[in-house]
Amino acid sequence: MEPIFALLVGALFTVAIYLFLSKHIIRVLMGAAILSNGVNLLIFTAGRVTREVPPIIPHGADTLTGAAANPLPQALILTAIVISFSFFAFLLVLSYRTFHELKTDDSDEMRVAEPVGEPVPPLGY
Amino acid sequence: MAVEGAGLQDFSAVYVLQPVAAADWLVVAPVVWCILMGAVLLMLRKRTDLQPLIAIPALVVLALMTLGLLAHVLTSGTVTMTMGRWLPPFGISFTADLLGAFFAATSSLVALATGIYGRSDVDDSGRRYGFYPFLMLMMAGIIGAFLTGDIFNLYVWFEVLLISSFGLLVLGSERLQLDGGIKYAFLNLIATTLFLVATGYLYGLFGTLNMADIAVKASELRGTAPLMTLVALYLLAFAMKAAAFPVNFWLPASYHTPRLAVGGIFAGLLTKVGVYALLRILGMLFPVEREELSFIIAVAAALTMVLGVLGAMAQNDMRRAMGYLVISGIGMMMAGLALGSPAGLSGAIFYAAHSMVVMTALYFAVGIGAQLGGDFRLTASGGLYARSAAISALTLMLFFSVAGLPPFSGFWPKVMLVKASLDIGAWWLAAAMLLTGFLTTITVARIWVLAYWRPAKSEAEETAIVAPPAVGAVVALVGLVALTTAAGVWPEPLVVLAQDAARGLIDPSSYILSVFPGEAAQ
Repeated sequence: MEPIFALLVGALFTVAIYLFLSKHIIRVLMGAAILSNGVNLLIFTAGRVTREVPPIIPHGADTLTGAAANPLPQALILTAIVISFSFFAFLLVLSYRTFHELKTDDSDEMRVAEPVGEPVPPLGY
Repeated sequence: MAVEGAGLQDFSAVYVLQPVAAADWLVVAPVVWCILMGAVLLMLRKRTDLQPLIAIPALVVLALMTLGLLAHVLTSGTVTMTMGRWLPPFGISFTADLLGAFFAATSSLVALATGIYGRSDVDDSGRRYGFYPFLMLMMAGIIGAFLTGDIFNLYVWFEVLLISSFGLLVLGSERLQLDGGIKYAFLNLIATTLFLVATGYLYGLFGTLNMADIAVKASELRGTAPLMTLVALYLLAFAMKAAAFPVNFWLPASYHTPRLAVGGIFAGLLTKVGVYALLRILGMLFPVEREELSFIIAVAAALTMVLGVLGAMAQNDMRRAMGYLVISGIGMMMAGLALGSPAGLSGAIFYAAHSMVVMTALYFAVGIGAQLGGDFRLTASGGLYARSAAISALTLMLFFSVAGLPPFSGFWPKVMLVKASLDIGAWWLAAAMLLTGFLTTITVARIWVLAYWRPAKSEAEETAIVAPPAVGAVVALVGLVALTTAAGVWPEPLVVLAQDAARGLIDPSSYILSVFPGEAAQ
């Protein structure tokens, strides 16, 4: 199972990086969403992928008896999903507002904060 | 409650039965307080008259809490508090060692100054956008990052401070802010995602996320696990957070767009959280891998500081020049990390604390200067000295401090770092530091000469003050200048503090003992 997951994570990362290289912020945003999903799968894989029983200690025993699924990655991924989803929502709104204010979603044309051809500081007075 | 019978392993020690000592509550109190007050302020968001009246006393209490925590850590060593009474590595722990407590105390003083400065700088619309609630929540994230003892929680606190900083950055939603904000937001999101990637690998390798547990297990796994890959990923993620060359371009694109109070606290604190994470993870958890990477870190550090200050020299806008000076300072701290010796790390810690205070104060000084003269551009400004000699003198003191000239606080960490790099024969790193100091002196001297010393364009403008600075803004500036001057003329306690904090990083045994008190008995 792990090799398939590893390949999937690699594919998601590749797509995300390809999208990050785009000039258009909406594509970068898609890349961010895909990357966060890739990372979640990565954590899932890192916490071992197994179909075994849930980690419940049977009555009368003190420890787990056999192989069991690891519950911690799920907790980590749940936190990461909540955070990355809220970020995605915020960035979507921010991109939308920026698109409306600046009339472009091309990052090359977003030069309001850093205008091209600024004057150099005076060299004497 | 203890587990009876013959288990494979006796885990009964993980139950903590004795109550937490009252003083230990200080470890979590600052974070809890920030979130609580942030929530209260958020509820009263529309009562803009009440906001500073609640927030400033709340920040005073926060400063007292973190100073109390620092005093507690100084007297009784590293303090740990574990959530849910489950001892680590099962529970999540907050661990305040000297480094974390020192940074938390400094940052809460800076936040207090920002709160006072923001009273006049942030108008009603900015308050309605939520300046004070975001400030409190961002402080929760920053102090949480300084005090947490768990790497996944470090990620969570990074996100807490990041989402609040997005809110602060677009306070008012001007075109300029949206343009700067979008670059800041995207690049910081990618950096935290990289951090999460590294943390996922770390969990896969170690099976634990507790920093003390990792520090213990790293030596066992070294040789079998690909720790270098992991550490390189962490280095990239945190270097991006700290705005080190070549992943620093989001900072000059965005730091000059928000209000001055926001720009000040960003410049002071946010990049330092990245530096703190570098010191903690590379310096404490993976010292061997840091040693392997030290040449790369040193080259990045030298380029960061020299190219940062060259960028500052080329700017006509004073705020943008300050943004580049922030980057240049990050180079100094990275150099300390690259050296890795006790002297290098303590220099980096001292420099980070100095930079928190001075960079925030510089943004405030520039803001007050622009209020007096009405412009941030060097080509258009002049005659500030004639308008207010006192403000000009305070600004000059800050310029001396950022350039590393005595008797201000920038001088001592620079001496420590130059000496530390000469000690190991890294003459080129020492040369880069001295060259940076020289170029910084030129940059700030030119700003002072053009904007402050140069007479105004016309006689009528000479003494005309565009807007008198508010009392609160001046109080905040004077407070921060007093801090940097005091640290400059009486540096011994801070040097000792930084050296002890660096020793705690190099030999984390007290950190580990504090998290695993059970192992002390064995």
